[in-house]
Amino acid sequence: MSKTLYDKIWEQHVVHDFDDGSSLIYIDRHLVHEVTSPQAFDGIGREGRVLWNRDSILAVADHNVPTTSRNDRVTDDEARIQLETLEANCQSYNLRYFGPHDKAQGIVHIIGPEQGFTLPGVTLVCGDSHTSTHGAFGALAFGIGTSEIEQVFATQCLTLRKSKNMRIWINGVLPVGVTAKDVVLHIISVIGIAGGTGHVIEYAGPVVDRMSMEGRMTLCNMSIEAGARAGLIAPDETTFSYLKGRPFSPREQMWDKAVAFWRDLKSDADARFDQEIRINAADIAPYVTWGTNPEMGCAITQRIPNPELIQDGIQRASIQRALAYMGLEGGMPVDGIPVDQVFIGSCTNARLEDLRAAAQIAKGRRRAANVKRVLVVPGSGLVKEAAEREGLDRIFIESGFEWREPGCSMCLAMNADRLEPGERCASTSNRNFEGRQGRDGRTHLMSPAMAAAAAVAGHITDVRRFEKGVA
Amino acid sequence: MQKFTTLTAQAAYMPIANIDTDMIIPKQYLKTITRSGLGKWLFAAMRYDAHGKEIPDFILNANPQAQILLAGENFGCGSSREHAPWALTDFGIRAVIAPGFADIFYNNCFKNGLLPVRLPKEAIAELAESKQDIQINLKEQAVICGNRRFDFDIEPNNKAALLNGLDAIEPVLAMRSEIKKFEAAHFARQPWLKVGG
Repeated sequence: MSKTLYDKIWEQHVVHDFDDGSSLIYIDRHLVHEVTSPQAFDGIGREGRVLWNRDSILAVADHNVPTTSRNDRVTDDEARIQLETLEANCQSYNLRYFGPHDKAQGIVHIIGPEQGFTLPGVTLVCGDSHTSTHGAFGALAFGIGTSEIEQVFATQCLTLRKSKNMRIWINGVLPVGVTAKDVVLHIISVIGIAGGTGHVIEYAGPVVDRMSMEGRMTLCNMSIEAGARAGLIAPDETTFSYLKGRPFSPREQMWDKAVAFWRDLKSDADARFDQEIRINAADIAPYVTWGTNPEMGCAITQRIPNPELIQDGIQRASIQRALAYMGLEGGMPVDGIPVDQVFIGSCTNARLEDLRAAAQIAKGRRRAANVKRVLVVPGSGLVKEAAEREGLDRIFIESGFEWREPGCSMCLAMNADRLEPGERCASTSNRNFEGRQGRDGRTHLMSPAMAAAAAVAGHITDVRRFEKGVA
Repeated sequence: MQKFTTLTAQAAYMPIANIDTDMIIPKQYLKTITRSGLGKWLFAAMRYDAHGKEIPDFILNANPQAQILLAGENFGCGSSREHAPWALTDFGIRAVIAPGFADIFYNNCFKNGLLPVRLPKEAIAELAESKQDIQINLKEQAVICGNRRFDFDIEPNNKAALLNGLDAIEPVLAMRSEIKKFEAAHFARQPWLKVGG
């Protein structure tokens, strides 16, 4: 019987099928950060259990770390205790740990692939919903809760029910100025933020085939924003050349064996999907959200919908609530909305390619007078170093942007980087929920080039107007 | 874990779709290293004004006795934070009734004695309108209010977890030899999976 990529990876990891329709699934890789792990470590200690396989774990401090100097003391006591707790737990369980002073430290979903810890065909979990990012490598990767973290620590397994298969086929060629971020925001607005619930989404088609690993990670990262716990892309030459030579990638004969195995990791030509969606690249324009969830967005050339014209009561109320929160009116164009801050960073868009795209727009231009702050937060110490080698830091600093240390930063504003009440932000992150970037802060999601364009224009604008577009 | 068998309680209605986990428990309360005490901060941005004063109109301020939450579609979307069910249960909520739930939140409920019930939105509107107590019988998979009865579906493993209140880890550890056997064969098929070889 023909199978999808998801079917294949699932079957390769079934330890036991239970009578009630659930299965015991073996977990190959486990990423850990400071926010969702302390209670799981505590549970292990309290029950006197041991970790099943400490080598399967990679831990990093990312959510709470300051992005100013690494030598700055974390003044928030609770955040500091959480960071110290992770370090202490990693010491007592002898885990691989990238602390704030480690050059390899960074956002958990950026460093997994960067280290070659993420590999095709593995099952990978993390107590973080954006674990879907790693699906870009053909890994079955999904976010879990703290109780499940504890279960993986103790048993290396999770009791799961199989999801349904969805395929999103992206045809054609991306127009100039349109990036993976615009593609995924467009997809979310098409299928809705619950459109992928209960499904694993496989992305395929000519646009995906030509996409870089960075772009594929952006695409898979936001699968959760469409409700899908995991996104998947079949591994290919682009995947293999990204992974070759990374610290945890297999080497020499083992590499050849692995690649031979990975080449078969794809959906069969006649595989059946529960849902198939087709997207035409030509229909996608640079995209911006105007509301308080990622499906509330439109192309830069469009206007915010008028809630008065919406039939469904709950939907109308939710748009009205979103517009009131965002301080916007139905029917107004998104192009021209002034911004107070700009955030370029997060597990969605803080890789080298993202920083290059932002720098290309920033180069030779200045932060607009009305923009109070532009934060550029690289995704990892290694991304930062590579960007500095290319002089991107100089470009940003000369443009009046701030060049920071790596971390999650203002994507969720757990550290000191946050919006003040009522401030509006052009952000390359993944969630525009109420209060996400600070109480009463207003978030507009967009690509790195669009965010840089907003920073220099002072308002949301079409990046394609800039001479040096992102061709 | 606390068992869930039957519950008769007041309900609070939040007619909002896509209630995300950032709304349920904002990030500034995720810095805790314990599971307890989060009920105070449940829906913090909606419950308290900027000065920390309770907003009397908010449904859980008006009705702090509620043990059942009625909500719109896609409840619990967004972040995987288990702090969301921890905050709900610490406040005293034992069941959430909504037309649909986000996957990660849904799974997290069953680890915390919290019952997520899927019912059509018309049924939820009807439950919200009747001001009577709502009875939930998990064994029968029924929500009863006055003379109305709504049956719901639930996965057998999730139902059993709540009815028995069992620890999820112990039964899996009991399968140790089967897992070890799988692991050996798995590493033999894909030897590169063994980190640090």
